[in-house]
Parts: sequence; C-alpha cells; structure tokens
Amino acid sequence: MKRDPLKPKGGFHYYLQSTSGVVGAVLLLFMVIVSICAVFGWLPHDPLEQNVLSAMKGPNSHYWFGTDEFGRDVFSRTLDGMRRSLTVSISAVSIAAFFGVILGILSGYLGRWFDQLIVRLSDVIFAFPAILLALAIVSTLGNSWFDTALAIAVVYTPIFIRVARGPVLTVKEMDYVKVTRILGFSSPRILRKHILPNVTAPIVVQIALSLSWAILTESGLSFLGLGTQPPNASLGLMVAEAQPIAVFAWWALFFPSAFITIVVVGLNLVGDGLRDALDPARRSS
Amino acid sequence: MSFRERTSRILLSAPVLRLSSIITTLFGISIFVFLVLRVIPGDSIVGAFGIETGVLTPDQIAELKVYYGIDKSLPMQYLSWIQSFLSGNMGYSYSTGISVASLTAKSLPVTIELALIGTILGVVMGIAIGTFSARKPGSIRDFGGQLFGLLALAVPGFVLSTAIVTVMANKFHYFPNGYEFVRPWEDPWMNFQQMMFPGLVLGIAVAAPVMRTTRSALLETIDKDFVRTAIGKGVNSRKVQSRHILRNSLIPIVTMTGIQFGYLLGGAVIVENIFSLPGMGRQVLYAINKREYATVQSSVMIFAILFITINVITDLIYRKIDPRIKK
Amino acid sequence: MTQPLLSVTELGISTVQDPRTLVNRVSFEIMAGEAVGVVGESGSGKTLTALSILGLLPRGVAVANGSINFEGNDLTNTSLENMQKIRGSEISMVYQDPMTALNPVMKLGRQLLEVIEAHEKLDASSVARVEVALRDVGIPQVERAMESYPHEFSGGMRQRVMIAMALLLSPKLLVADEPTTALDVTIQQQILALVSEERRKRGMSMLWITHDLGVVANLVDRLIVMYAGNIVEAGTVEEIFNNPQHPYTHGLLSSLPSRSDKSRKRLTSIPGVPQKPWLVGNTCAFAPRCFKASEICTSASPKLVGTLEKSVSCFHPMGGN
Repeated sequence: MKRDPLKPKGGFHYYLQSTSGVVGAVLLLFMVIVSICAVFGWLPHDPLEQNVLSAMKGPNSHYWFGTDEFGRDVFSRTLDGMRRSLTVSISAVSIAAFFGVILGILSGYLGRWFDQLIVRLSDVIFAFPAILLALAIVSTLGNSWFDTALAIAVVYTPIFIRVARGPVLTVKEMDYVKVTRILGFSSPRILRKHILPNVTAPIVVQIALSLSWAILTESGLSFLGLGTQPPNASLGLMVAEAQPIAVFAWWALFFPSAFITIVVVGLNLVGDGLRDALDPARRSS
Repeated sequence: MSFRERTSRILLSAPVLRLSSIITTLFGISIFVFLVLRVIPGDSIVGAFGIETGVLTPDQIAELKVYYGIDKSLPMQYLSWIQSFLSGNMGYSYSTGISVASLTAKSLPVTIELALIGTILGVVMGIAIGTFSARKPGSIRDFGGQLFGLLALAVPGFVLSTAIVTVMANKFHYFPNGYEFVRPWEDPWMNFQQMMFPGLVLGIAVAAPVMRTTRSALLETIDKDFVRTAIGKGVNSRKVQSRHILRNSLIPIVTMTGIQFGYLLGGAVIVENIFSLPGMGRQVLYAINKREYATVQSSVMIFAILFITINVITDLIYRKIDPRIKK
Repeated sequence: MTQPLLSVTELGISTVQDPRTLVNRVSFEIMAGEAVGVVGESGSGKTLTALSILGLLPRGVAVANGSINFEGNDLTNTSLENMQKIRGSEISMVYQDPMTALNPVMKLGRQLLEVIEAHEKLDASSVARVEVALRDVGIPQVERAMESYPHEFSGGMRQRVMIAMALLLSPKLLVADEPTTALDVTIQQQILALVSEERRKRGMSMLWITHDLGVVANLVDRLIVMYAGNIVEAGTVEEIFNNPQHPYTHGLLSSLPSRSDKSRKRLTSIPGVPQKPWLVGNTCAFAPRCFKASEICTSASPKLVGTLEKSVSCFHPMGGN
C-alpha cells in the first residue's frame, strides 16, 4: 500500500518507529500532564503557601521535593512553574508560527519587493541573540506573562518565515506548478494543493524545536528577574532563588533544573522523531 | 568597454552588492532598535532631572538633547539619533554620568575575551566529540556523543553556572569571580581564573551545535566519491581523514563557529551576570533595570554591528578554504 | 598453463543488515595482459563486483562468500596494510563519474603526487613523472594543470586525469567502471582510444565494466555477461558476438543499432524490467523475460558450464556451433 509521505497523518506510523521520537513524546506528555494538574490546582500544596517551620527540609513523604527557604513546597512550585513555562512558550510559538508561516508563504509566493522586504526584516531580527532581544523587548513591554510571550514571539518569528518560505520557493519553480498557473488555476488552489503539503512537515518540526528554545529563553528571562515576579513560581526564578541556599538545600536547585532539562530534551527528541517521520528521504540522525 | 559598462560592472559586482546589502541591513537594524525600544526622550531626560542620582552636567544634557532630538517628529528623532551615533555620541548613562561610548570601550573587550574563550573551548570540544561520534555511526560511542550534545543543549547555562557557583563558592570556597575583575594585562593568571568557569559554561553551550554540525558534515563527506578514490589509491587512513574528509567538512563547521561566536557576544548576558564580569551583557542588563534607554539602545546596536562583522569575516574565511567559491 | 593474474571464485556480495544477495557466486579469471569486459544492465552486480576487488564496497554492503585471488593473496581476507600496498600500485581503479571522483579542495598536482607518496618516497623526479603522465593522457598546459582545481576542468579532462592517476605506478591490473558513461560520445571515443593505447604499451590487464556492448567490442579480449547478480555467459569477444548462446546475450546484441542495417526497422528490446538479484530463488533469473523459458527454468537454477573460450549458464542455450 503506497502512502503519500508528505501527509503528516500518514507519518504517524513512521514516527512510532523512531526511538528518540517515542522517548521524547513520553517525556513531553509527562510534562503536559503535570502542567494540566497545576492548571486545575491539583497539587499537594499551594505553591505560594509559606510554612516557616518546615523551611529547608529535604524531600520527604509530606513534601516530595522538599521545601525552600520560605517553607514552600518545591514539588507544587515546580509543577506550577512548568505550567507557566509551557503557557508562555506555547503562546509565544503559536504567535510566531502563525505570523511567520503566513508571512513566509506570502513572501515566497508573491516574490519581488515584498519578498525582499520580508527577508530583510527577518535578517534584522536574526542579527540579535535571542536572549538579548527578548530582554530588550520585555524591558519596554512589561513583566506579565503575555508580554514575555510576545517578546519571545517576536524573536522566533523569523525562523518560521524562513522555514515556510523555503519550500514555497522550491515548489513554485517546479514545472508542474508552472503548468497549473499557465492553465489558469487560481492561486488559492495552488497554495492549498501544492504548497501547503510541502510546508507542513518542516513547520511541524520547527514548532517542536522552537518550543524547546522558547522554554530556555523564558526561563532565562525569569532567572534574570524579568519574567514572572516573586512570589509566583517560575522555573527560572526558582533556580535564581535557590542559588543562595543551594549548598544547604540541593533539592531547591535540582528539581526545577531537572524539569527544564527534561522538557527541553523531550521537545528536541520529538522534533527529531518528527523530522525522521515526515521527511520523505527518511534520514536518521 | 564603455564608461557605462565599466561603472555598472563595478556597481553590480559581488563585493559592492554585498556591502550595500550589509549597510541596508544595518539601517534596518537601527530602525528596528529605535522603534522597539520606544524611546520617549522627554520622559528619559525629565526623569533624569527628577531622579536624585542624576549627575549629568549641563553639557552632557545638551548632548543628550541632540542625541534624542527632543521636540522633533519621530522620523527626525531617528535621524538625529543616527547622526549622533555615527559621530560617536552614543548617549549618556545618567546614573553614572559616563558616556555610553566610554562605558562600552571598557566593557566590550571583556565580552570579546569571554566570547573568544567560550568559542574556542566549544569548537575544540565539539569537533573532538563530533569526530569521535562520526567514526562509528550508530554505535555506543555515537550514542554517547549525541547524548552529550542533547544535554549540553538542554541544561540551561544559568543552571550550570548556578551549580558551579554553589559547589565552588559555597562548598569549596574557591571563587575567583568573587573578587574585583582584573584585565588580562594586569594579572593574567587571575584573569584566567575569572574567565575559566564562565568560559567553560559557554563552551559547553557552543560545543553542542558544533558537535552536531561536525558529525553530520563528516558523515556526509565520508560517503562521497572522492574519498573512495583516495582510499583506492592506497592513501593511508590518517591522511584520508585529514586531507580528504576533514578538509571538505570544514565549511559547515566554520559557518557554525562564526554563528556561535557572534551569538556569544550577546548571548552571554546571563553568564556575565552570574560571574560578575563587567562586560557588555551586564551593561545592558544594568541599563534595563535602571530604565536607561540610551544605553540599551546603543549597546544593542553595537551588538548587531559586531554580529554582522563576524558574518562578513566568516564569509571571507571560506572563500579561502573553498577554491570553488569565486571572489 | 600459466597462473591467472586475478582469480575470482564463487564471489557473493550482499547487504550487511537485512541480508539481500546482490552478487551471486560469480567466478572468472583474468590472465596477465588480458582485457576482460563485463557487460550488464544496472542492477546486474557488475559495479559491485569491480569495487569488491579493491575492497571499496559502500557502507552496508560486503563480501559474503567466495574469494578474490591476486598473485597468491586472497584480497577478501588480507590485512589493511596489504590492501593499501596493492591499491593504486598493483591494481588501480577508474570510476564512473569524473565530476565527483576528485577532491574539490585539493590541487590536481597534489592529488596525483599523493599516489606516489602513498607507495614510494616523493622526490625531485616525482613532479616530472606526474607531468609526463598528464601529457601522455593529453592534458594541455601541464604545469598550469598541476596547480589547478578539479572544478576548473571539464568532465572529459577530469577523466583523463583519473586515468593518469591510475596508470602512474604502472599497475598490473586496471579496473575501469564505466568511465565513459558520463561523457559525451566524441570524448568517449577519445578516452577509449587513450586507454587502449596505454594498455597495449604496458601490457596491462584490464577489467572493463560497461552496459554498452558497442563500446567493448574493440577494447577487450573476452567478455562476461552478467544478469541479476549472476554470470550468464562468458567467452571471447568473437564467440559472444557471432554466436551468443544465452537468450539474454542474444537480446542485448539484437538491440544494438547497426549502421549497415538500412531497413529502418524498429529496434528490438528485451521485454520486461531487470530482475532484482535477491528475489531470485532457485530459478533462472532471466526466465520471466526469456522467450525460450520452460518449466525447468523456474524450478532450478542453471550452472555456468563451458571453457574459457565459451561458457554459458542456461537450460536452453541457443544452438549453433
């Protein structure tokens, strides 16, 4: 039975064949579940609740990941922090992908001055290291989670423009598309039937990768104090807060760090798995 | 050849086109920086007057006014900013009273030194591990190498740095970065110790993409026909590796190195902060916290210029490496 | 009876993972000074057979059984050091695609000198030797060529350089894998003439792979015809051309356009598509396309029988002689 390797749904079967993809998906799923629990408040303790008597206690049956210097439950805070990180990152990447893909496709398809303009604009943004740009933007926008998401979105839009534009340019030059245009088929139809299928695969892979970078950027920002503000929980902020007491309470540093690492690893593996599954040439690592 | 033909030949030649492309990008960047930072000059200077920490002299205030072009329309403000910037007036930090230009002159070398150390470490590690991995693809070594790459990427720099600070400073009580920063010419050994940990953290971050690039470049090259020809001639394995495989894998590796170095110049903000290195990154962070837009604006602009310069240099380097690319 | 220079015995080549046979029990000999041609369609296993001699099989493919004997050494079972000594100096190879066969970032002179360096000491005379070799293959402006890079030359020129490189140390055996396929016809003729001439001068043995029977007629002494990883017929050029025994060989010859035939008839071709070697079980690989096939052809695999002058592997060889 012949499958069209360009359709993502058909690739699901192939995705399962990639060990890294499966491992990544499991890790990611774990983090998503954990975050959902945090969203509904299904946590053993209130992340903000302070309990000075129990401060700086190691992991035990009551406080699974131990407590920090204010007696707050590290476990609940970690989960809550993961929720925040994921919320910001998903929002940021959604915005970036939405605008980036539209601009990229339009740019590639319409060509000429519009294309040049968009490409120049992306180059401008590419000239900055992500963290620096995000820093600068957040400093003018504000500290709310949405402002952070917006800042990250701006930084990561150009990569989606580039990823979407590439296949459009290639497909546009292919003989069969030129013929369809000559035959008078409408642009939207060409876009839908020929261009979209080719663009979907790289975009999906890029989304996974950008999510991992977004999480790193977001936690970096909150580490610097430019994201979620205390006493709210955020993974980066927790690491910053843990530094002075880490010598006495390793768990306060370890768990938020581990969660960041795990979710980033998971997303990268998922990205690799998606790439293997959706790439018709099926190149493995 | 007529005058017209000669002129258009020069104007349309590759280096000129490249140069004009760079200049346009730089202008684009300046517009972007200007808009994004939404400098509202009135607020900044009035704010400065109002804040007790304002130490600006009347002359400096006058220069700032020129720099910001108060009372002019937005495009005019932009133009006066560009003019000032290009003539060396990059504004003043009103909390310290020092011009941004001289602040930068002190902080930029620190960042460059850090970025160099980080890049060199990272490239050496990355190429070593990448080569190691590529020798036996799909083996345990390869898995180990890729695992390293993944972790180096996933563990955030600030986590690694915090861990180092915790272990070194709080446990072993050895923390050279706790002392005031020294320049390399003042005390090379102390300077080295102060650069050591942050350099390592950055090096690990750089090693990950370099390793990945090295590995895939090598694997791709190994399968090429000319490698088979070399083996078929009886050339020994070591020479095949270095002269044929590695030399042809260099281009992507050089590209990646250039990108990483440029990235470190700006991306080292967090590390500079944690290890108290008085570099550009910390300068920007400080300025952001103090709402000093002039400093932020100019510093960010400088980063961008540096990054583009590095791109150009990388480009020139591979014209040297690959004889197929025409000058 | 003298010993053959190269003796391939029951050579089997297959993929390493998920093993599939690509070349099945191939046996032939090459005497000193003799030129042998190997003819077959793509997928017949001819290139792999050639590559296996110098141990140049691509990743994922390896010799599964059999032996390749060269001057008393089994090349499938010898040390790397030994192979390196033989490669380029006792046995040399020229490859199909001249555009990708040379290192793009190394000067041509250096690549040629590399052959000498690999086997002897480089000295003052080495450069002169290389220049002479380049002149012999017809490269103009030899000094400039030495300092040039491959991309500055056309395909035909690059192939000449490859030939010069292969002949530099006067190997006893030259293995050529369709070196003219990627070139246009006029250049093709030049290269063929060049190789013929060099061969005659040096009394070198040659193994010439091609899919084009026309090319091989004036070039080699004996022919081997391969199909789906097996040898189906072998013999002297005269015998094969005048008296093809195997239906496949017959088909190949019939499909050649002939200048003398003015009848303007349609060119005949062999119906069907080339068989994949690993799908052939205990049958004759050519049976599905053979006009002489019968029941026995699909129930047993034929063996190669005959002499050096003429042998065939078929249940229904085409009569004659």
